[in-house]
Amino acid sequence: MRKYYDQITRIAGNVVTVTATGIGYDELAVITTDRGTSLAQVIHLEGDQVSLQVFAGTQGVSTEDRIHFLGRPMQVPFSDKLLGRIFDGSGRPRDDRPAIEENFVDIGSPAVNPVTRRMPDKMVHTGIPMIDIFNSLVESQKLPIFSIPGQPYNELLARVGLQADADVIILGGMGLRYDDYLIFRQTFEDGGVLGRTIMFIHTAADPVVECLMVPDLCLAVGEQFALQNKRVLVLLTDMTAFADSLKEIAIIMEQIPSNRGYPGDLYTQMARRYEKAVDFDGAGSMTILACVTMPGDDDTHPVPDNTGYITEGQFYLREGRIDAFRSLSRLKQQVNDDTRDDHRAVMNACIQLYALCREAREKRDMGFEVSAWDQRLLTYGDLFEDRIMDLGVNIPLFEALDRCWQIMAECFEPEEVGIRRNILDAHWPTATPAATPAAS
Amino acid sequence: MNGRIVAVYGNMVIAETPGRVVQNSIAYCCRRDGARLLSETIRIRGSLADLQVFEETRGLHVGDEVDFQDEMLSVVLGPGLLGQIYDGLQNPLPQLAEEVGYFLEPGRYIHGLDTEKTWAFTPTAAVGDAVGAASKLGTVPEGIFTHEIMAPFDLDGTWTVAEIAGAGDYTIEKEIAAVTGPDGQRRSVTMQQKWPVKRALRICRRRLMPTEPLVTGVRIIDTMFPIVRGGTYCIPGPFGAGKTVLQQITSRHAEVDIVIVAACGERAGEVVETLREFPELIDPRTGKSLMERTIIICNTSAMPVAAREASVYTAATLAEYYRQMGLNVLLLADSTSRWAQAMRELSGRLEEIPGEEAFPAYLESRIAGFYERAGAVELNDGRIGTLTIGGTVSPAGGSFEEPVTQGTLKVVGAFHGLSRVRSDARRYPAIDPLDSWSKYTGFIDADKVAEVRALLTRGHEVQQMMTVVGEEGTSIEDITISLKANFFDDCYLQQNAFDDVDAATPADRQRFVFDKIIEVLRMDFAFADKEQARRTLVHANDLFFNWNYAATDSDDYKRILADIDAFIADKGESVAAETTAAK
Repeated sequence: MRKYYDQITRIAGNVVTVTATGIGYDELAVITTDRGTSLAQVIHLEGDQVSLQVFAGTQGVSTEDRIHFLGRPMQVPFSDKLLGRIFDGSGRPRDDRPAIEENFVDIGSPAVNPVTRRMPDKMVHTGIPMIDIFNSLVESQKLPIFSIPGQPYNELLARVGLQADADVIILGGMGLRYDDYLIFRQTFEDGGVLGRTIMFIHTAADPVVECLMVPDLCLAVGEQFALQNKRVLVLLTDMTAFADSLKEIAIIMEQIPSNRGYPGDLYTQMARRYEKAVDFDGAGSMTILACVTMPGDDDTHPVPDNTGYITEGQFYLREGRIDAFRSLSRLKQQVNDDTRDDHRAVMNACIQLYALCREAREKRDMGFEVSAWDQRLLTYGDLFEDRIMDLGVNIPLFEALDRCWQIMAECFEPEEVGIRRNILDAHWPTATPAATPAAS
Repeated sequence: MNGRIVAVYGNMVIAETPGRVVQNSIAYCCRRDGARLLSETIRIRGSLADLQVFEETRGLHVGDEVDFQDEMLSVVLGPGLLGQIYDGLQNPLPQLAEEVGYFLEPGRYIHGLDTEKTWAFTPTAAVGDAVGAASKLGTVPEGIFTHEIMAPFDLDGTWTVAEIAGAGDYTIEKEIAAVTGPDGQRRSVTMQQKWPVKRALRICRRRLMPTEPLVTGVRIIDTMFPIVRGGTYCIPGPFGAGKTVLQQITSRHAEVDIVIVAACGERAGEVVETLREFPELIDPRTGKSLMERTIIICNTSAMPVAAREASVYTAATLAEYYRQMGLNVLLLADSTSRWAQAMRELSGRLEEIPGEEAFPAYLESRIAGFYERAGAVELNDGRIGTLTIGGTVSPAGGSFEEPVTQGTLKVVGAFHGLSRVRSDARRYPAIDPLDSWSKYTGFIDADKVAEVRALLTRGHEVQQMMTVVGEEGTSIEDITISLKANFFDDCYLQQNAFDDVDAATPADRQRFVFDKIIEVLRMDFAFADKEQARRTLVHANDLFFNWNYAATDSDDYKRILADIDAFIADKGESVAAETTAAK
């Protein structure tokens, strides 16, 4: 027989405290109010006082509403029927189709044993030179896109989703504007990938606790697909909204804030999610690409800062381009030495020259004399931005490398680009630089 | 001795018990499905004991049983530690994977050492010998080392060997000796013993001043900011500045006997890299796999937080154990900030009054206590053992003003500060050559190092000035200084961690290259104009840069060396002349 508890002793923020016994930590409960039912999760046990975070929020909850406990943690169904479906942060369908009630798995599974991971070594080709050449994306990598609001980060995310070769795409939307949700759906539909996409969408209008559930739902489902030998790509946007929800709950629970109001375990909470990215030894993989909006374009803000320490690199999106200096893929070394022998050399040389170009621009902008060398750097910078950095450029890796050589040859003598002799000899374009018409 | 759970909050449990509780002792929280979750008592108030649980607390109920033990959190020490991959509580991860598959399972623990394997024991002590704590009783071969079997570390005063096993193969659980104390009490000795992780294991005559340079193969460290065997150093740096790559390079090439890698609250992927690659890599000094000299303690960021706090102590204890055998041990902790954050999380749950950035007030003393476990010691038999500790720090927002960095800087002997500006410009290793410091002396003449530092400082000043007055307002002498500083930076301080040759430079080669480079730096060029100066230094740059990639004494190496010597001999005049001709 179902046991109901109705002695609610405290309601604050999204947290309800009820008098109950025999309740397990992290257990799930259902709270029934005049407005309907909502899921809730145990977050604190003390004697017979059980605190629950209520997914739908506590607005309208009365002190006599009924709660019953399910005796299990939060779960999500898992089957191929999920493909093409859209759910909300409680796991309910958002697409007017019937709920899936089979094969439930717990969310928030324990960590993967590190010795059962394999070394990531498969490059994910995206057709975006700033990623493919300079910061290659690797299967099982976790990589955020740091961006200020207003930059086309969701478009970039969607484009990678479309162009990367993955078996299953899982989109987790947190605090998403409704229009953005519709755009994602439209883009995936037009791109013909909707049939292998699963979406868990929390929009800005939905209750804040549901936002907290979105990454766990996405990753629990993704993990199951990966165990079935699938290559899964999880797209999360926006992780800052997730962190803000954490902050909200932590403050209600009277936790001592550590930095700008965020709880002391922000790092751990985010790491537990990002670390789900995995390449199983003997099964599939899960790659995570996430958007992190930086309040005030400040990457020392706790959310991007902690994210940077967790993820395997980061892309900065600035002025509609992927920033050449700050962006970093930590796993690129695993894949970029067996693409083509000149890949690493070109990667390093182009960035170093671009850094010199930046100095030359500063000089020019301050009205100083620009030397002949500076002039060449300036030309180089413009060509590089135009033909390589522009997000509109969509070419395969080798073509992009050739294009870099071409640009260097147009601007410099071989010994000026800082590339080792044997690689120079093999790849330096043979036509006299000056005679080469500007290619594009 | 039993108690009952009265509250659960995150990884903290409060248990009520009528009996005796020992502070910092371990306890097991018993889940209803039979799993026993390891915990540590961290505060006692009346009949309430606060426990930090080393696992996820999901599924614990108020009223569940808690089984209190007397012993503190300990590790088992004995032959078979080398080459192991442990979690923060010394569970061997490969065995866990065999038993439970892809995921870790709360409450599943495995003995840290293989209890069935036999080791070829050779006694060195005889019946009647007087022994004390850590006295050598015998040896077993462990890979490339002679592993010493020592008398129990907690022996008090002088004991006598009453029995000792003959040479033969024994498991670590088999009695190999017995000792009797002053009052005639008998104590059985096996090849394994336990030691509490939070107590330093240091049984020695005295601590020594660490002076012997520890060669890492990283030029900017060995030459400019050296570390020594038995010393401490820290590497703070913003994310993406190359802390972990630097640690990995050091773990491969450092000239020590044993390396212990403590991956504390960091990415699992990085550990995977180490544990997949190390068995394949050959240690040039022993000809054996690098894994034979390595122990990996791996408590990645997704693994339970409390165990992260324990993991650095586990690593330090294993390191001290091998120091006790007269070996040189290097402990690399990546990252101590994660360890500090674990303390902060716990402190928050205990509702302690927070210090700066909510870190607990005892943060600095804990950091100091950890680094103080390093040191060179003269053992009781006169041999010397060293433990060097290098820790990375991941400061919030990349600012070194935060409490963990500041607490660390007070207690370490060398500071290798990574700079965002350098890493953005892909100048790796991104150790800032102006801000970093070391209190130790390396193998390169200190005067020469000071000379180069002065040049770098001056070069930096010129570059700052040039951003204000422009190149045209700068004298050719100043420009030459700036170019020379850049040249030294490019060709000596920077190093390519992903190139087989350039990744690590042995001490001999460092001395030789450094002397060549300083010849160039000291040269009095007579440049006609700035473009000529730039071209000449670019040429020198090109020579030394390619030289770094050439294997020592290879044909390339010799050819480039000849070019360099020619360049030095004619003071770069032929290059300068070419430039003029080209005009």
